[in-house]
Amino acid sequence: MTVKILAGKSERVAAETARLRLMIGGAMFAAAFLAISARLVDLAVFNQGATGPQLASRFVVDPAPMGRADIVDRNGVLLATNLEAASLFAKPHLIPDIAQAVEALLSVLPELDPIEVAAKLSSSSRFVWLKRGLTPDQLYQVNRLGIPGLEFETEQRRVYPNGALAAHVVGFSDIDNNGLAGIEQAANQNLTGETEALALSLDIRVQQILREEIAAQIETFGAIGGGGLVLDVHTGEVVAMVSLPDFDPNQPALTTEDQRFNRMSYGVYELGSVFKLFTLATALETGAATMDSQYDATHPIRIARFTINDYKPQARVLTFTEVLRHSSNIGAAKIAMDIGGPTQQQYLGDLGLLTRTDIELPERGAPLYPSEWRDINTMTIGFGHGIAVTPVHLAAAVATLVNGGDYHPPTIYRHEDAAPIPTRQVYSSATSIAMRGLMRMVVADGTGGKAEAPGYLVGGKTGTAEKNINGRYERGTLLTTFAAAFPITDPKYVVIAMLDEPHGIPESYGYATAGWTAAPVISRVISRMAPLLGILPADQFVPTTDQLVATPANIFGSYIVQQSAAN
Amino acid sequence: MSAFSRADNSVFGRWWWTVDRWTLVALAILIGIGIILIAAASPPVAARHNLADFYFVKRHLHLLPVALVSIFGISLMTPQQIKRCAVLVFGAVFVLLVLTLLIGSEINGAKRWIYIAGFSLQPSEFIKPLFAVVTAWALSEQIRDPKFPGVKIAAITLGMLLSIVILQPDLGQAFVLTAVWLVQFFLAGLSVYLVLGLVGAGVGGIVGAYFTMPHVTSRIDRFLDPSSGDTYQIRRSLEAFSNGGLAGRGPGEGQVKNVLPDAHSDFIFAVAGEELGMIVALGLVALFAFIVLRGFTRAMQDHNLFVMLATAGLFAQFGIQALINMASTLNMMPTKGMTLPFISYGGSSLLAMAMGLGMALALTRRRPGERSIS
Repeated sequence: MTVKILAGKSERVAAETARLRLMIGGAMFAAAFLAISARLVDLAVFNQGATGPQLASRFVVDPAPMGRADIVDRNGVLLATNLEAASLFAKPHLIPDIAQAVEALLSVLPELDPIEVAAKLSSSSRFVWLKRGLTPDQLYQVNRLGIPGLEFETEQRRVYPNGALAAHVVGFSDIDNNGLAGIEQAANQNLTGETEALALSLDIRVQQILREEIAAQIETFGAIGGGGLVLDVHTGEVVAMVSLPDFDPNQPALTTEDQRFNRMSYGVYELGSVFKLFTLATALETGAATMDSQYDATHPIRIARFTINDYKPQARVLTFTEVLRHSSNIGAAKIAMDIGGPTQQQYLGDLGLLTRTDIELPERGAPLYPSEWRDINTMTIGFGHGIAVTPVHLAAAVATLVNGGDYHPPTIYRHEDAAPIPTRQVYSSATSIAMRGLMRMVVADGTGGKAEAPGYLVGGKTGTAEKNINGRYERGTLLTTFAAAFPITDPKYVVIAMLDEPHGIPESYGYATAGWTAAPVISRVISRMAPLLGILPADQFVPTTDQLVATPANIFGSYIVQQSAAN
Repeated sequence: MSAFSRADNSVFGRWWWTVDRWTLVALAILIGIGIILIAAASPPVAARHNLADFYFVKRHLHLLPVALVSIFGISLMTPQQIKRCAVLVFGAVFVLLVLTLLIGSEINGAKRWIYIAGFSLQPSEFIKPLFAVVTAWALSEQIRDPKFPGVKIAAITLGMLLSIVILQPDLGQAFVLTAVWLVQFFLAGLSVYLVLGLVGAGVGGIVGAYFTMPHVTSRIDRFLDPSSGDTYQIRRSLEAFSNGGLAGRGPGEGQVKNVLPDAHSDFIFAVAGEELGMIVALGLVALFAFIVLRGFTRAMQDHNLFVMLATAGLFAQFGIQALINMASTLNMMPTKGMTLPFISYGGSSLLAMAMGLGMALALTRRRPGERSIS
């Protein structure tokens, strides 16, 4: 049996066999080691890892700090940028005397909580953050303590040099540079790892003017909040967007929800009489009315269980233009009925008022309107009740009225000259010119007189609405709005001012309506911003504003001349 | 080398002039690289175990003198002493191996460790070199005296060892034991048909393990089809070699040790590839190949069949372990928990390897005057 298994017959023969077979075995080992070597060369030289992503390039020891692009306004002014900041962490096991370390740390960083720091330093973990985003001075002070086990990591810190000024638009990001609001959130992907600054449509100078004036008016009328918008009527660019109260994006943790709430793009409101502009424009466009149409506003309209009344009842037959001049709800309701619900709905849809806007902010409010569009809804929506939209909706729709009838989706990004502007024709240019005249009339000779900015030919419309709180219209809690465009002969900008719950003051004779509260903001903002934007006062060239409006193309101009003469 | 005269007749002098100094030098370089790599690879591992950064380095440096003394002491022995001692110690370690199954501590689902007098030992590491000597003894004895049941002894011993090691379970050790045993049988003149038959049985054993042992199934599946499971470790390991390139990122500058749990042991070759680069890694391969082939050459030059078989078995064990470790790290075979001799951290592995190399050095010492067969 043995002989069968082992071929060797004697020890000497067996040794000879073993010698030969050792050579074979050695050759096999050599081949195996060569295969290992070949694989090594293959991996290190030729194969840069066929099996998925690489670790960082071998010349970079640490992964590069994650960059984030700056955000600038339309003129390149910094709105958000990065600063390198040191963050302090501890390796507790390396700290010789924890009690002493806590005491020393608190002497230079008194804002730290001693109990928390002591707990962190006593923990068994090998790495604890103590404070992120130290100033260079704090870094120096901590270094000077010379405590082993306290170390720093350089981090990119997001900084907003303009503070609260454009907080709602720019938004903010968290400590790990993830955008949490505004453009920081909306463009998070595009900002991450980019180096080229992201240019917004904002003009920070106009933003500053608007914010100052809205804030002053909130103060004057004791309002709980407010906001404003400036929109380029030809591009849809938002040149300024202010929502008050606002917040410092450098300290997002210290803000309240009310402060972070963007009333302009996110809040939806029943804006009231400014909607009459759309009713009148649609009536002219569809032929449901002409300038000569007349409406009986002698009696309130009673429909279903509602009564539609005028704020200052004229109790007579009103002309088409007088409906706007006196802001007659009864007249607007009747015009709306002449247009008809479906047509009204179609035009409001074309004006973008029934869907979310395209503005590139995460905070976009959806309009509220009745799912079933009955006659009563047609009437109330005709004068701006029973429909709630954001002020951004309003600005874009008013721009459509005055720019020749083209709807441009509102945008928060700077329009580059070569880029096409999305356009949707809603009204004819004839309707648009008529609306300019009507809006000019409201300011020159109607409820919007305080919006006049001498030389800049302001046109616009007031809107005073009782706020609907928990399903009830609260008498005395008002939302006042003024939607303006200027210069009305060839409008460049729409300006919106809104005040939330203003209260009457002696100077306004107790009134808190839009004509008293929101309109003056328009006047002051336009007077200050127009020179900055290179819009020359008209008076230098034209004797009277009325004559300027009375161009041959203005089918309605003669009316204004007539009225002015009558005054 | 001139420190000792050729005429020096002291124990050390005689040792120095008869031992294979080329293997000694290669071994010394290997141990030196091992220290550097453990110092580089183990601190992140220590940190993950909440140990002091240099815990593993210190332990390694404490054990190295013991290992060196073992190598030297064992290599002083004559082949006859090696034969006798190995058989005796084999018996003792075999008992420990059985005890491991009964009272061993379980780590990661395997019972491989036993605590004796405050030390944790892995008897399966020590059994490998001892078994190589026992097999050489049994086979050579049968050839010298055909009445001696050497083949039976070798076969039964392997069977017992395999059943214990598979029960642990530790398939890597079973593989090494079987492979070394096969090499020795092959050298002893096993007929070619039986060699092929036994290789076939070995393959059958692996296939059987694939179908009956779930963790083997999963490892082989992941090797054959990386998308079938978590191949995170092996991907990181391959990236390490690519990142290292020719010259490496420099000692201590690697990343792979931060993510691989066994960076200081099973995956230390990846750390070498990343930090020291392809050239040094090739040097390491060359060192292992040199030691194995040098050992085989010395075995060929000998005239004593026991010495030939034992030497070849010991160097084969050394070479197979190195090959398995490097091939696993390079994804040339499914991952096996196998240390890289003298490079990986691991007390039992280091001391067992020292014992094996000590015996191999003893057997390959020149024995002037001894002339083959009695």
